[in-house]
Amino acid sequence: MKLLVPVKRVVDYNVKVRVKADGSGVETAGVKMSMNPFDEIAVEEAVRLKEKGAATEIVAVSIGVQQCQETLRTALAMGADRAVLVLTEESPEPLAVAKLLRALVDREQPGMVIMGKQAIDDDMNATGQMLAGLLGWAQGTFASKVELSDGVATVTREVDGGLETVALTLPAIITADLRLNEPRYASLPNIMKARKKPLETIAPGDLGVDVTPRLTTLRVAEPPVRQSGVKVGSVAELVAKLRAEAKVI
Amino acid sequence: MTALVLLDHADGRITPAARSAVTAAAALGEVHVLVTGAAIGAVAEAATRIAGVAKVLRADAEIYDKALAEPLAALLVRLAPAYDHVLAAATATGKNVIPRAAALLDVQPISEIVAVVDAETFVRPIYAGNALATVRSTDARKLITVRAANFDAAAAEGGSATIEEVEAGEATPAVSRFVSTELSTSDRPDLASARVVISGGRGMQNGENFKLIEPIADALGAAIGASRAAVDAGYVPNDYQVGQTGKIVAPDLYVAIGISGAIQHLAGMKDSKVIVAINKDAEAPIFQVADYGLVADLFAALPELQAELAKAS
Ligand SMILES: Cc1cc2nc3c(=O)[nH]c(=O)nc-3n(C[C@H](O)[C@H](O)[C@H](O)COP(=O)(O)OP(=O)(O)OC[C@H]3O[C@@H](n4cnc5c(N)ncnc54)[C@H](O)[C@@H]3O)c2cc1C
Ligand SMILES: Nc1ncnc2c1ncn2[C@@H]1O[C@H](COP(=O)(O)O)[C@@H](O)[C@H]1O
Repeated sequence: MKLLVPVKRVVDYNVKVRVKADGSGVETAGVKMSMNPFDEIAVEEAVRLKEKGAATEIVAVSIGVQQCQETLRTALAMGADRAVLVLTEESPEPLAVAKLLRALVDREQPGMVIMGKQAIDDDMNATGQMLAGLLGWAQGTFASKVELSDGVATVTREVDGGLETVALTLPAIITADLRLNEPRYASLPNIMKARKKPLETIAPGDLGVDVTPRLTTLRVAEPPVRQSGVKVGSVAELVAKLRAEAKVI
Repeated sequence: MTALVLLDHADGRITPAARSAVTAAAALGEVHVLVTGAAIGAVAEAATRIAGVAKVLRADAEIYDKALAEPLAALLVRLAPAYDHVLAAATATGKNVIPRAAALLDVQPISEIVAVVDAETFVRPIYAGNALATVRSTDARKLITVRAANFDAAAAEGGSATIEEVEAGEATPAVSRFVSTELSTSDRPDLASARVVISGGRGMQNGENFKLIEPIADALGAAIGASRAAVDAGYVPNDYQVGQTGKIVAPDLYVAIGISGAIQHLAGMKDSKVIVAINKDAEAPIFQVADYGLVADLFAALPELQAELAKAS
C-alpha cells in the first residue's frame, strides 16, 4: 500500500510570532521555519508502517513556496521515498489544499493519507476532514493509535471526554494527534541520502485546481496583553488575596 | 438570515459549549438547532427551552448515535441550503464534522471564531493565539466552529421552540464504524466549562502526585487540567490537556502548578479571569501572565494550600 503524507512548512513552534505594524499579517521574514510538528508525527507513523511491512511506498507532499523543498527533504530524510512540491506563491487555504491533495490522490492512488490534525500557523484543524469529504473516504481524526488489518484501519482518537476507537474501511484519511508517536531525528547519512531521492515540482494548474482564497484577511492584531500581576510571599497571602481582592474563591 | 447550530450533547445533556455556539449564532440571525443521535427525545425537548432558539430539528436515528463525521456531515450538507450560516461549538465533534461538510459544500470553513463582527466577518486566533485575524468570507454560506470560552452560554431555560423531524439519511458513505470509547470518568466539573481549573504540569513528577491537587479541587469545586508534558508522560489522561492543541478554557480562576508557561499552554488559558501560578522557578514564563505568582516548591505549597482553604474564610 502506498501512503501519501502532506507536510506543511510553518513558523517553528518555538518562535513567538510578532504581528506586523501595518496589521497585514505576522512577521515571517528571517523567522525560523520548520515542518509542522503534527506532520512530523504523520511522517513518523508512515515510516513505521513501512518498516512493519504494512506500506510499500511513502510519498510526501507539500504545497507552498519553493522553500517547502526543505520541508520535503526533511520528510525524505525521515524515511519518505519521494516527494511532490505543488508550487504556489503563498500557502493556500485548507479548501484549496484539500482539492490539490484530492487531485494528487487521484494520480497516486494511495491506500491511506496520513497528515497532521492541525497546522500550528493557521490553527485551522480542517484540511484532513475536508480531503476525506471530497474523496468520500472515512476519516480518523486526532489519532493517537492506528492499527491496520484486512483493509481496515482501527483508529483510536483523542476526543473531549477521553478516547474513542473507530474502524475505517480503507482507503481512509488519518490525522495525527500528539500522542500517536514520537518522531525520530533524521540521521546524517539519511539526510545525505535524502538529497538524492526524487522531488518533483508541479503547479496547481497542472492539477486543474483553482486556489483562489475564499477568506480575505482584513487585519491581524496583537491579542490584548494581560496586566502583569504580583508575586505573593506565602500560601496564606495567596489565599487571602484570592478571597478579598480577586474574590474568586 | 437564519443560522443552524449542530448541538453537542453528552449523556443526555446539552453541553454548555453548544449553548455558547447558540449565542454566537444569535448574533447572525434566527437560530435553529439540529439535535442528532438515537433516542434523543429528551435532549430535543431540552433544546426547545434554550433561550433564543426558534426551531429544533430532530434527527433521531441509529446512524447518528455515535456522532460519526461521515453521516453527520452528509446530514448537514442536506440541510445547509436553507441556512446562511451553519455552526457548531469547536468541540471534538464540531471540529470533526464542520470542515467535512464545508468541503462537500465547496466552502472554506472558519475555525474557532472568538467574535462575530458581522454576517460575513469573524475574528479568529492564529499562531497559538499570538495574533487575532479578522477574516471576511466570500462564500455564499458560512461554516463555522465557535470557541465556546469566548461566548457566554445561552440560558438553558426561557425558549419555546418548535420541534421538526428530520428524516435520517443513508449511512453514505458507510465507511466508518464506531468500536468503543474509553471515557475518563470524574465527578468533577467539566474542564471546558468549570468556574475554577487547577492544572498540573511536568513539575508534578508523576500521576500519583496529582492526588495532592484533588482535595484542593474538591474544596474549590474545580476541574483538573494539565499541560501537554504531563499528559505525554502519562500522569493524566489526554482529555486533561489545556492548550493550543488541547482544550481552551477561560475560567474565573486558573491555577497552574509546576507548569512553565510555554506559548502552546498559554494559548489555552490566557483568557482566564484570574491566573495563579505556583512554580519554583522565579523566571518561568507563566509568571508573565499570572495575576498572583508564588515562587515555591509545589510539594510544600500544595499541602499548605489545602490546609489554608480548609480554614473558614
Ligand atoms: C505542536 C505542539 C503542540 C503543543 N500543544 C500543547 C498544548 O496544547 N498544551 C500544552 O500544555 N503544551 C503544548 N505543547 C507543549 C509545550 O510546548 C510545552 O512543552 C509544555 O507545555 C510544557 O509543559 P510543562 O510546563 O508541564 O513542562 P516544563 O516546561 O518542563 O515545565 C515544568 C515546570 O515545573 C516547574 N517545577 C518543577 N518542579 C517543581 C516543583 N517541585 N515545584 C514547583 N515547580 C516545579 C519547573 O520550574 C518548570 O517551570 C505543544 C507543543 C507542540 C510542539
Ligand atoms: N500547504 C500545505 N502543504 C502540505 N500539507 C498541508 C498544507 N496545509 C495543510 N496541510 C496538511 O493539513 C494538516 C492540517 O492543516 P490545517 O487544516 O491548516 O490546520 C496539516 O497538518 C498538514 O498535514
